[in-house]
Amino acid sequence: MPKLTIDGIEIEVEPGTSILQACEQLGIEIPRFCYHERLSVPANCRMCLVEMERAPKPVASCAMPCGDGMVVKTNSETVLKARKGVMEFLLINHPLDCPICDQGGECDLQDQAMAYGFDRGRYLENKRAVQDKYMGPVIKTIMTRCIHCTRCVRFINEVAGVPDVGAVYRGEHMEITTFVEKAIGSELSGNLADVCPVGALTHKPYAFTARPWELRKTETIDVLDAVGSNIRVDSRGAEVMRVLPRVNDDINEEWLSDKSRYAYDGLKRQRLDRPYVRKNGKLVAVSWADAFAAIADKVKGVAGNRVAAISGDLADVEAQFALKELMGRLGSTNLDCRQDGARFDTSVRAGYLFNSGIAGIEKADVILLVGTNPRWEGTLVNARIRKRYLAGQVKIALIGEQKDLTYPYAHIGTGPETLQQLTDGSHPFSETLRNAKNPLMIVGMGAFQRADGLAVQAAARITGEVYGMFRDDWSGFNVLHTAAGRVGGIETGFLPGPGGRDLHGILDGASKGEIDVVYLLGADEIDTAKLGKAFVVYQGHHGDAGAHRADVILPGAAYTEKNAVYVNTEGRPQLARLAAFPPGEAREDWKILRALSEALGATLPFDTQTQLRQRLIAANPIFAAVGQMTPATWSPFGAQGPVDSAPFVSPITNFYMTDPISRASVTMANCVEALVGPAQERTGTHG
Amino acid sequence: MAFLDRAARSLFLTELVSGLALTFSYMFKPTVTLNYPYEKGPISSRFRGEHVLRRYANGEERCIACKLCEAVCPALAITIEAEPRDDGSRRTTRYDIDMTKCIYCGLCQEACPVDAVVMGPNFEFSTENREELFYNKQKLLANGDRWEAEIAQNLAAEAPYR
Repeated sequence: MPKLTIDGIEIEVEPGTSILQACEQLGIEIPRFCYHERLSVPANCRMCLVEMERAPKPVASCAMPCGDGMVVKTNSETVLKARKGVMEFLLINHPLDCPICDQGGECDLQDQAMAYGFDRGRYLENKRAVQDKYMGPVIKTIMTRCIHCTRCVRFINEVAGVPDVGAVYRGEHMEITTFVEKAIGSELSGNLADVCPVGALTHKPYAFTARPWELRKTETIDVLDAVGSNIRVDSRGAEVMRVLPRVNDDINEEWLSDKSRYAYDGLKRQRLDRPYVRKNGKLVAVSWADAFAAIADKVKGVAGNRVAAISGDLADVEAQFALKELMGRLGSTNLDCRQDGARFDTSVRAGYLFNSGIAGIEKADVILLVGTNPRWEGTLVNARIRKRYLAGQVKIALIGEQKDLTYPYAHIGTGPETLQQLTDGSHPFSETLRNAKNPLMIVGMGAFQRADGLAVQAAARITGEVYGMFRDDWSGFNVLHTAAGRVGGIETGFLPGPGGRDLHGILDGASKGEIDVVYLLGADEIDTAKLGKAFVVYQGHHGDAGAHRADVILPGAAYTEKNAVYVNTEGRPQLARLAAFPPGEAREDWKILRALSEALGATLPFDTQTQLRQRLIAANPIFAAVGQMTPATWSPFGAQGPVDSAPFVSPITNFYMTDPISRASVTMANCVEALVGPAQERTGTHG
Repeated sequence: MAFLDRAARSLFLTELVSGLALTFSYMFKPTVTLNYPYEKGPISSRFRGEHVLRRYANGEERCIACKLCEAVCPALAITIEAEPRDDGSRRTTRYDIDMTKCIYCGLCQEACPVDAVVMGPNFEFSTENREELFYNKQKLLANGDRWEAEIAQNLAAEAPYR
C-alpha cells in the first residue's frame, strides 16, 4: 500500500492507483480530457499534469501510478502554467464555434478553458480544418472540433467491441475516422457522443434542437428492453428532447443502448390522445364516459371465464396489478403477461430471474449462453459480458444461433439436446464447465418461446444443478427477458390463475368463439388475426397493431409520462418518473383501470397511487425494496419432458424496432435502413 | 422709507414688467422645442429601441440559433426554436420577442456573438393592440432590412468601445 503526499495531505492508496485517482479520493479536481474511468489510459491530452518532487518535469497524473513517498503538488505555479500551456495548444486548432455547437453549455473544453485556460488567445495563424465523417444515423460529426483525446476510439474498441472507429495520420494531421465510409455497426454508438469531451461527436437526432440550460431533467428508467437502464429524460415543455444514461454500476454502468436513447421521437408520433369506439367498423372519437359505457355494455352479463386479458411489453406494474384485480372481480383467471408466447415455469422466482445480477457476470469464469443473442436482447448485458471477456480468464460458449456478439465464443450446439449432452457429460464442453468455479448460464427467450419451453427450462435447470450454478454463495442461472413489463407482470401474478388460459389458450379460445372479451394492456406483438370475433379493448399509448384491431381504445401514458414501477430482468423494481404529461385526454394507466372498474360495477379498492402501491407491497413484498434485488431461493422448476431438437431462434429479428415506441420512431427507421439486414455491411464504396 | 419703496413697486407693476421682459426676451433666442413628429432630436448610437434581426450583405440571416439571447433575457421575452436547415446549418425555425415583456435592457444584443439581434434606433412602434407587439422572426427580419443602414452606422461608431 503506497503512501504519498498530495498537496500536503498524506494518503494511502491501493497499489496500482494512479495519482489522478488518488486526487479524486481526496476530492482534488484534476482537469482531464482523454482520461475516462471506464476506458484504458492513453495519457495523450496532457491536461492532467501535476508537479512531483524529484521528477524533472510535470507528470501526467492519469498514467502515473502512485509510489511510496511521492510528494505531489496539484496547484503550484508550475502546474497552473502547464495547464494554461496545454489549454492554449488544444485551442490552437479548435474552431471556437461554441455558439453553433450542440455541446455548448455542457462542454468539457469550454468549462476547463474557463477554469484553467489563458484569458486570451495569441494564435493568429490559420487553423486546421478537417472534413466531417459519416458515422451513421445517430452520430453527427464536426471533426474540426476534435482534440484527439481518442476516447471514442477506445470506447468503440473496448466497450462496444466493434472496431469501426480509429485514427489515421500523425500529430496535428491525425483524424478520427471510420476508415471506409460506413455507419458504425454498434448498438452502443450513441455513447460515443457522451464520451466525446468536445462537440466533435454529437447526437444527430438532437442536433440544434435544444440547449442544456433550457431542459428539465427527470431521473427515471428505461423500458425498451428488460435491462432497466437508469436514464435521465431531458424535456422542454411537454416534449422529450433527449435521453441520457445515468450511472448505475449494478445495471448499465454509464452506457445506454441506441434504441433506449434515440427512440424517444416515437413518443411524439402515432399517439392515442383520446378514447375511441368502433362504430359500424370505423373507430370514432368519443368521451371517456362513452368509451366506458361501451365496454360496460359488452362486459356485463358475460361469464368470467369468457373474459381474458393480455399485458404487453411496456406495461407497468401498477397497471398490471390493477387489471389483475379487476379481472379477479369479473371472475376471470384468463391472464397472461407473456404476450410473446413464451412458456416457462413462474412458480419459482429463481426460474425466471437474472439471479446473478448483471454485475454478477463479472464474477463468472465460464459463461454459457442458451438460446439468446444478448447483443440484441440486452445490449448492456452483452457489454458486461464483453467487459468480463476483456478482464481475461473466461470461457464463453453459445447454444443457439451463431451471431457476432463482439467477443469470441465457442459455438457448442444449436438446440436443447446440447443441454442434455452437457448434463450427462458427453459433450466436450462439459469438462470446462466442471472445472469452473463460478459457471454462469444465460437463457434467452429463444429457448422458451417454443412448445417445449417448460421442458427446456427444466433441462437448463438440471444442467445448472449438475455444474453447481445453484449454490449458497453463487447463483449462476439467469434468464434474460426481452421486455420491461414481463418480470413485473410475473411478480404481480398477471398469469393464468387456476383453470385459467395462458396466451395460447386465450388466442385459441378467441378464434373459436369461447372468449368474448379480450383486454389488451398495451399488447401489440400478439397475432391479432387470432382474436376472431372477440370484443377487444386496447389500453395503450400508440396506435399500433393492438389499437388497429380494437373495438374500444383507451389512451394511456407512455413510460416518460407516468410515475410507475417497472421490474427489470434481475427482479429489481425501479421507479419511472413523470417527465412530461400524457398528450390530450390520455391518462395514467392505473387511473384508467380504476375509473373503468367503477363503470363495470366492480370498483377497485384504491383511490391514490400510494394506496395502490401499499396493496401491491402487501401482495408481493419485493416491491417494497425499490432499486434492490431480492435474492430468489432455489427449488426445482420447469417440467421435465421430451424436447424438440429444433434449434433455438432469437425472438428479436430487428433490434431497432421491438415495441410501439421504437416502431413509431423516425430515428429508429433510419437505423434500420442503415444498419439492419443487407445494409449492415454496406460501405460508401458500394455504388 | 421702506413702505414708500414697496408702494412704488406695487404702483408701477415692476415685478410684472420684469417677468414679461424675461418672457419676451425668449422670443429672440433660438427655440429648444421640436415639432414632433415632423422634427426629431438626435439619438445616441447606443440607443436601445425596437429589436431587429440583421442579415449579412449577401442576404443570409445572421442568427445562428445559439439561444444566448434567450438565456440572458431577464424578462423571458425571447422564445427560440431551432433545427438544422436543409443545407445543414443551424437556424431558427421560430424567433419570437414579446415586446410587452421586454424591458429594453439591451442584454440580448450584448450576448449575441454575431450581432444578429440588435436594438435599433426606432422608438416609434406603438400599436393599437397587444397582439401586434408579439414580434415573430419575419417581423424582426423585416425590421432589420428597414433599419440596416442606421444600425450599421451605429455599430461602426461603437466599434472602438466594444
